[in-house]
Amino acid sequence: MMAVCQNLLDNFPGRMRLLESRSANEIYASLDTADLQEVTRSLLTQHGARLVTVFAEDRVNVEGAFYNYYVFERRGDPAYLILRAAIAPEQPRFPSLAVELPGVNWQEREIQDWFGLEAAGHPNPRRVALHDNWPDVHPLRKDFALHQVLPPFEGEQHEYRPTLGEGVFQVPVGPVHAGIIEPGHFNFAVAGEPILYLQLRMFYTHKGTEKLFEHLPIHRAVFLAESISGDSSFSHGTAFCQAIERAADIEVPFRARVMRTILLELERIYNHVADIGAIATDVGFVVANAHAGSLRESVVTLNEELTGSRLLRGCVCVGGVRRDWTRRQRETLETTLGLVEHGFGELVALVKSSDSTRDRLQRTGYLHPDKAKALGIVGVGGRASGVDLDARRDHPYAAYDCLDFRVPVYTDGDVLHRMQVRIDEVRESIGMIRAALAHLPDGPHRAPAQDIPAGRCALGVVEGWRGEIIHWVRTAPGNRLERCKIKDPSVNNWPALVEAVEDNIIADFPVINKSFNLSYSGTDR
Amino acid sequence: MFKILQKALTTGVVTAPYPRVPARLSESFRGKPEFDLARWKDARPAADVCPTEAITLVEGEAARRVTIDYGRCVFCGQCAEVSSDGAVRVTREFEMATRDRRDLIRTAEYALNPDGSHRALTSASTVDRARAAEASGRELREKIRSTLGRSLAIREVDAGSCNGCELEIIALNNPVHDIERFGIHFVASPRHADMLLVTGPVTRNMEMALRKTYQATPEPRVVVAVGTCGISGGIFGVNYATRGGVDQVIPVDVFIPGCPPRPEALLHGILLAVDRISSAR
Repeated sequence: MMAVCQNLLDNFPGRMRLLESRSANEIYASLDTADLQEVTRSLLTQHGARLVTVFAEDRVNVEGAFYNYYVFERRGDPAYLILRAAIAPEQPRFPSLAVELPGVNWQEREIQDWFGLEAAGHPNPRRVALHDNWPDVHPLRKDFALHQVLPPFEGEQHEYRPTLGEGVFQVPVGPVHAGIIEPGHFNFAVAGEPILYLQLRMFYTHKGTEKLFEHLPIHRAVFLAESISGDSSFSHGTAFCQAIERAADIEVPFRARVMRTILLELERIYNHVADIGAIATDVGFVVANAHAGSLRESVVTLNEELTGSRLLRGCVCVGGVRRDWTRRQRETLETTLGLVEHGFGELVALVKSSDSTRDRLQRTGYLHPDKAKALGIVGVGGRASGVDLDARRDHPYAAYDCLDFRVPVYTDGDVLHRMQVRIDEVRESIGMIRAALAHLPDGPHRAPAQDIPAGRCALGVVEGWRGEIIHWVRTAPGNRLERCKIKDPSVNNWPALVEAVEDNIIADFPVINKSFNLSYSGTDR
Repeated sequence: MFKILQKALTTGVVTAPYPRVPARLSESFRGKPEFDLARWKDARPAADVCPTEAITLVEGEAARRVTIDYGRCVFCGQCAEVSSDGAVRVTREFEMATRDRRDLIRTAEYALNPDGSHRALTSASTVDRARAAEASGRELREKIRSTLGRSLAIREVDAGSCNGCELEIIALNNPVHDIERFGIHFVASPRHADMLLVTGPVTRNMEMALRKTYQATPEPRVVVAVGTCGISGGIFGVNYATRGGVDQVIPVDVFIPGCPPRPEALLHGILLAVDRISSAR
């Protein structure tokens, strides 16, 4: 990545500048907003890079400008390139990349909403994060108070794309859904049963999380990170702690890294098992779901045995994990793992024994690999559509550099293969936990507590069970944060759902939705 | 088909007999932290580490008022870790559901030593069990029990939760917790529901949806606030985007603490709401 950066510096002499980088894996450079589109094009086409995320920061009081950050990565290179573009408060706009990179559509509009910076040239510049009934506020600006009381909610005024034509009609669903799931609004345009298009409306669960990070001391903020997305508590908590550890040069003991690896994989297993059951339910195979439910229960019981919490909460901390495992706990892990492996084999055999299930899943909710790549899809949804990304392999953290594992990738892109990716991953995870446990090193389970230096920036990256989780922090004096950006993989993947449901019958929507199983809370924060 | 039957027969019954038999909890499970108020030498370290300000202090002239709010607690257990006097202990107690929000709050007042540590406990709140039992009038509760007690339809509403509570509510439907054995089932519409099970700190964007869902639920209806966020807003509290708990928006009958509450705790709270179980077990 350093060579790529050097090449850019040579091609844009005097207009790009290398900034101080604290870690070899994070290269920071500044550029002029005027060059943004050209630099991005060069990175994507000539250098085969991928735009990971786009976000902004209010530095007006300190440095007299807003900053936009563009994070890039390249296959086979553990380093990230982070480009920073300064935006003057007098001219609060930046050139949009959304025409060429539809994947940044929402992320750029978030910057518009949170910071009041205009994404010039955006094809659909409407509000996304702040609903239409919100006053003209920009909550992530430093002059916006966290506890500000806004005028009462006046009801939904959002205008959806119209649905016209004989026999064509709209089906609005949500935000309160029929099942026990998170709130969001789906607006289907249907012609009879087939779906013409789906419009999404998210951010119903927006809780001011990123703003709140700026008001909590870091030791409390870890718990906030665990509450970003309940099913990814450990992944988000770990991503956050890794960002802080990198910012403060904290060396996490090897034992702690191995323990984190085991817990991250347990989180993957319990979620994947539940999803396989839920996919079966959505095509009417409830017996399989009953078995999946009871299998999942044994994994979350194991979670509780190891961490005191069924959802792995209150375990990760800056510098390692809060408690070491006793011999009894390690033995329970080993025995339960064997039972889970056996149970999982039976579950997969059961699901696969049903031809009608296979029939319902195959070619349902198809996402073409080209579309997946163009939209920047990550995680399970990406890997089922040929997007070969996995931060565990590409940007190793915890103890993943010491483990052998396979990243399953398919190009079939349907519900069946999104389920198959999960099946393969559970098997890999069981193997990884077993290997990690066999080589669990001695030593401390956390680094000694220390003060976090102010003014440091760092990324924390974890491949959660859904996909790539990114946290970016800038530290502040007094063990606090100036800014914490969170990108849940769901932010990338909602457009995949929109794409995948087209031409499917509306009755298949639940199973297609479940096959992605995206986080609303992780998206809305 | 044969394989499916064979698998079902070889699996047998996996359902846990809770609440007839106490729940099987792992040794590491972190439940309610108990405070030995008389022995507690210093509340400051615990208040400092508490991620959700469940332990708050008001400092006076050589005196300190300590408030412990289980409705804000996320059961991380750090208060016990930092209280070196051993006066704070994490128990495995989880049946904390209550009809009265006030039951989740304890207060204590201390006279202080010059270094700020506690010299003596001067007063402490007690739990008023009688009040708790009378919280929602006998007559109404009798009506609820007779109408809803035998077969209960629940509509779940996520009013901005992180999805943690939903995971545990979904687990109520798995064969291990199997809530249908009590004649309780989850329905797709509030119009079919007797009870709203509401999670989350109630975001500004869900406030209207929650009100409308409540209005659509026929009477007699029961509202249960689930989890730390549902009770108090939890770590999110009240901010520009959150209202800080379900009872800020609609009337709540029962509060179930936990982050998230384990399935048995949910079951306990739901049964309490329809008077099929008593709060003081």
